[in-house]
Amino acid sequence: MAEMNMLQAINQALDLAMAQDDNVVCLGEDVGHFGGVFRATSQLQEKYGQNRCFNTPLTEQGIIGFANGMAALGLKPVAEIQFADYIYPAFDQIVNETAKYRYRSGNEFNVGGLVIRTPYGGGIAGGHYHSQSPEAYFAHTPGLKVVIPRNPAQAKGLLLGAIACPDPVLFMEPKRLYRASVGEVDEAYYELPLGEAEIIQAGTDVTVLAWGAQMEVVAKAVALAEQEGVSCELIDLRSILPWDQATVIDSVLKTGRLVVSHEAPLTGGFAGEIAATVQQHCFLYLESPIARVCGLDTPYPLALEKEYMADHLKVFTAIVDACNF
Amino acid sequence: MNNATNNPSNTTTNIVHQAEFTDTHALNIPTLSILQEDGTLFAGAASPSLDRATALKIYDSMVFIRILDERMLAAQRQGRVSFYMQCLGEEATTVASAAALDPKDMIMAQYREQGALHYRGFSLTQFMNQLLSNDQDLGKGRQMPVHYGSHDLHFMTISSPLGTQIPQASGYAYGQKLRGLPNISLCYFGEGAASEGDFHAGLNMAAVLRAPVIFFCRNNGYAISTPANEQFVGDGIACRGVGYGMQAIRVDGADALAVYEATRLARKLALEQQKPVLIEAIAYRLGAHSSSDDPSGYRSREEEARFRQQDPIARYKCWLKRKGWLDEAADQIACDALRQEVLDALKVAEKRAKPHIDTLIGDVYAEPTAALKAQLEQLKSHIRQYPDAYPLSAGRFE
Repeated sequence: MAEMNMLQAINQALDLAMAQDDNVVCLGEDVGHFGGVFRATSQLQEKYGQNRCFNTPLTEQGIIGFANGMAALGLKPVAEIQFADYIYPAFDQIVNETAKYRYRSGNEFNVGGLVIRTPYGGGIAGGHYHSQSPEAYFAHTPGLKVVIPRNPAQAKGLLLGAIACPDPVLFMEPKRLYRASVGEVDEAYYELPLGEAEIIQAGTDVTVLAWGAQMEVVAKAVALAEQEGVSCELIDLRSILPWDQATVIDSVLKTGRLVVSHEAPLTGGFAGEIAATVQQHCFLYLESPIARVCGLDTPYPLALEKEYMADHLKVFTAIVDACNF
Repeated sequence: MNNATNNPSNTTTNIVHQAEFTDTHALNIPTLSILQEDGTLFAGAASPSLDRATALKIYDSMVFIRILDERMLAAQRQGRVSFYMQCLGEEATTVASAAALDPKDMIMAQYREQGALHYRGFSLTQFMNQLLSNDQDLGKGRQMPVHYGSHDLHFMTISSPLGTQIPQASGYAYGQKLRGLPNISLCYFGEGAASEGDFHAGLNMAAVLRAPVIFFCRNNGYAISTPANEQFVGDGIACRGVGYGMQAIRVDGADALAVYEATRLARKLALEQQKPVLIEAIAYRLGAHSSSDDPSGYRSREEEARFRQQDPIARYKCWLKRKGWLDEAADQIACDALRQEVLDALKVAEKRAKPHIDTLIGDVYAEPTAALKAQLEQLKSHIRQYPDAYPLSAGRFE
């Protein structure tokens, strides 16, 4: 075990994956000698050569198209999109190509080796284009897996799980936590399972569900609620697609209340999908309306970022309101 | 005049002291044409080295595709196939280029390159199974007709979004280089698709990352109803390759020998120097864009008649006959027999069952998710309730 931040954990995961399998290749803007604008690919070109860790021209559709081609040959490209806000030029390659490759060919071909890493999320004064959380756009895309870790140990294990996974994975990294989140990480190779939520804390009054950087926020809200005598079951969803319906449904069957929180805007956000599914399976057990604590339905603002964000006080209020309904 | 090189802007340039604008047509890229209409070679042209068997195989594939196209367009008109796309007038571009490749070179196509697939060995039955989306289709009946693919034949499954295969071919070729394979990739696309952003992305990435890929553009004059002069004003597509720093060549797309020779040389270049090459084949889309299109709304019968005279198959056939490699009477018999074979294969393929309902959720992921399995079970119980509404599937599961 060693203490490291999330970037170091991600860097170690990539290092281990590249050491173990020649098919693993890292590519993207500035990921080569420079090691990435956040340093996630630091030293990888020095260790594994320019052919396996390299800069690409500045073209997101090109990066993902190129990575799709490599994956179709059987390589395991880990493609970096510098900010999730800039993934949209590659939306067509991801949604129409990556996600449908295996299905449309009848399994003649697949791009299961592909992992797309991208920093996402707000709280860093990033304004419109360095703050977005686009997971819900991709959650509507059969064929893709979407994974978001909450801390260094999760980031390493889930990233190695994503690289080993036979399906293409969009791996979204909470950049606010890149250096802020520090924890003990097993230095050996290990994978964490995709598609499984994790119950962080058991409780009986209300289920509180989030993912990624928002876990830190809801954990604060849960601590406040516990001081008020509310027993919260705290769950990290970890995988957005496919998501662990069973764990969430079982929890709500027990607690009878659900608060879901995410940074992204409310309308069309993934909390809506969760709420609809939970009310369908837990209808007779729900004691209050399912609460969604999300970003406003606006572009991500700069000056009023604090007001915009689904912070711990907003989540705390939703928990209390659910219990007092 | 100073020569400025080795600067961060990665340009090599002469310094001048009077403003000079460079014209888009400054390159003046010529068109390689070897074979004349009457089957003789142009003065000064040399025939590529083609043995008789290969030369006849090229002819057979071109003829096969023409007959398949003719019969399947008719079948679409009769409602027996939902959709079809011909390759009429472009048979030489796709067949002769495929003939110049190694069978293990990857081909990534757009959708009008069935000739290359046939040359690779895709059988009549396999064509039919895909067109009829039956239970023997390699693609499991999931995609529209003409979206072929075969792992065994190194022919990437076609998808409808235009240009998406271009950066993919660059990446695939890069992978071939990384693995030290003695193979390249060839990527076909039309001049319309070359307007997509993926064209720019794919060519630039291949050039920068030195991927052994041949970009093969079929410039057939039209993207559905849009004539090429509303698609771009530069000198065709070939000049763009030079802009990206790769070698480019333009060929007469109705001349199988020119297409073969250009592709053979491009492959050698791509493989030996590990870098991309661009080929622009000038052709004419003689048929409609697809079975859903009627060209009379946007071009004249006179124009079509003029290009019908430049039939790539007729020209190539003249050459074969002059060489004494083709017998007219035997060829006529073979063509008639093939027409019948196509109809027979159609009848067999359309009688086959459609894919099983379980294939609906297969291959979305390597393994179906719990949610997908639940959706399938729900669908099956619904079909059990209303079997008459789902005749393809009702009664075909437990």
